[in-house]
Amino acid sequence: MNKVPSALKIGLRRGSLEIKQFSRQRESVVFTLFFPVILLVIFGSVFQNTIAPGVTFSQYFVAGMIASGLVNTGFQALAITIPMERDVGALKRLRGTPMPASSYFIGKAILIFASMAVQIIMLLGFGVLFFGLEMPTDISKWVTFTWLVILGSACSTALGIAFSIVPKSGRGASAVVSPIVIILQFFSGVFFVFTQLPTWMQQVAAIFPLKWLTQGMRSVFLPDSFAAEEVAKSWEIGRTFVILMLWLAIGIFFSVRKFKWDRD
Amino acid sequence: MSLIEVKGLKKSYGDLQAVRGLDLQIEQGEIFSLLGPNGAGKTTTVEILEGFRTRDSGSVSVLGVDPQIKGHESRIWRNRIGIVLQNSADAGDLSVSETVEHFSNYYSNPLNVQEVINSVGLDEKQSSLIRTLSGGQRRRLDVALGIIGNPELLFLDEPTTGFDPQARRAFWSLIQQLRNDGTTILLTTHYLDEAQALADRVAVINHGQIVEISTPTELGGRATAQATVQWRDGAQIKLEKTDNPTALVSKLSAHFGGEVPEVIVTRPSLEDIYLEMIGNPNE
Repeated sequence: MNKVPSALKIGLRRGSLEIKQFSRQRESVVFTLFFPVILLVIFGSVFQNTIAPGVTFSQYFVAGMIASGLVNTGFQALAITIPMERDVGALKRLRGTPMPASSYFIGKAILIFASMAVQIIMLLGFGVLFFGLEMPTDISKWVTFTWLVILGSACSTALGIAFSIVPKSGRGASAVVSPIVIILQFFSGVFFVFTQLPTWMQQVAAIFPLKWLTQGMRSVFLPDSFAAEEVAKSWEIGRTFVILMLWLAIGIFFSVRKFKWDRD
Repeated sequence: MSLIEVKGLKKSYGDLQAVRGLDLQIEQGEIFSLLGPNGAGKTTTVEILEGFRTRDSGSVSVLGVDPQIKGHESRIWRNRIGIVLQNSADAGDLSVSETVEHFSNYYSNPLNVQEVINSVGLDEKQSSLIRTLSGGQRRRLDVALGIIGNPELLFLDEPTTGFDPQARRAFWSLIQQLRNDGTTILLTTHYLDEAQALADRVAVINHGQIVEISTPTELGGRATAQATVQWRDGAQIKLEKTDNPTALVSKLSAHFGGEVPEVIVTRPSLEDIYLEMIGNPNE
């Protein structure tokens, strides 16, 4: 009778429950899944210039949108919705059951990964159909893409859970979290070409994961010749991996040690 | 050994001493009710028992386990208890049966999902989304989630706030049924009639200490308190306090030659006794 179900088993069940709940909230489905596509349509239609031989702004922008999609879908969504769950007592109720914290985190990671997958398919589809995005043919590019999405989602999930301890209430969470994400997007070369930003902005951005995710996505979707146009004259794939792993560790540490189940 | 044993429990928040040396024993199979005004230390005590708060000093044993336990041991302990909190309004986009079924996966030996839904009277609502439920129906769902793990001990916090009288009666019989099935229940309530109807024993808590523990009928010497006999004598309503109400009524009966007009015999209600014990907070 002491055999409580394993954390992983409960975590998988939580994952499917989270997806079910999410898919029934029409507003958040539209916002999370379509907003990046809407942004792509707007920016891709406004900026039709070429930023390097064979590289259009919309190609550059798709790479940035996939990367910032990881931040929006994971970090931003969790740092706003978890305080809401806390406000209504949902987290305290879970705390009172034999469900371990790790199952809750696994469930969130599954939700983020699933919505990220849908979002990426839509972005790539629109990019290819309407904005001249070319799918990489090199298998090694797809390998990079795959680990970037997995590591990026995990990092974004962990940091979103960790940051959920900062907003005091669900109502104020959006006001705390959204500006951080928007500023990061500007600083990290999502809306503008990164090398055209002031040096201090580039240096600030280099501390945070989004800059590295965008650069990594550019390495997948832009021609290799474009690497020379980057700040370091290279895609810096190894460094990207290390920095994302570091942020993942930071996120997991604070999620496990500091997670708040109750308002007070 | 008692199911819950508390000795010398203390807890302060800064300068405020919320619980100041509290002793408590709750036995297996009883409905035990904690009564006390807001700020008396009731919620703090219950949250310490539920493992939601740490204590400053004293010893606490719930099902033979210290609720401050961590990790896997804590999961095994939580597998044996159920908690029904105040105000939980989550997961509005899931149906009743989806939610109960999901929570059943947290436990090693859950009850049958359908039987639990039936027992809380939500069988007709089981496919409805939670956000379409009324306040009382939501509360029943809370109870369903509290008992789905087949707990040995159930914490019930203000379970019938906002219920209409009919729903309260139905809820009370559900709780009595659980007790009859062997579940020990710790009930926190503001409603004295609820404690009267449900509890085997009540504890009055004030200023962070137990004032008295007794049965609802005996609390504060209630069973032996003077009774009040009231009757009509012509145009007048008469009142008399007495230790021997039966003698008085038979005297009156002889006087009136049978029925005493509008006769009422009362003892102090649980509420009267309770209010006397906790004093007037405005004084």
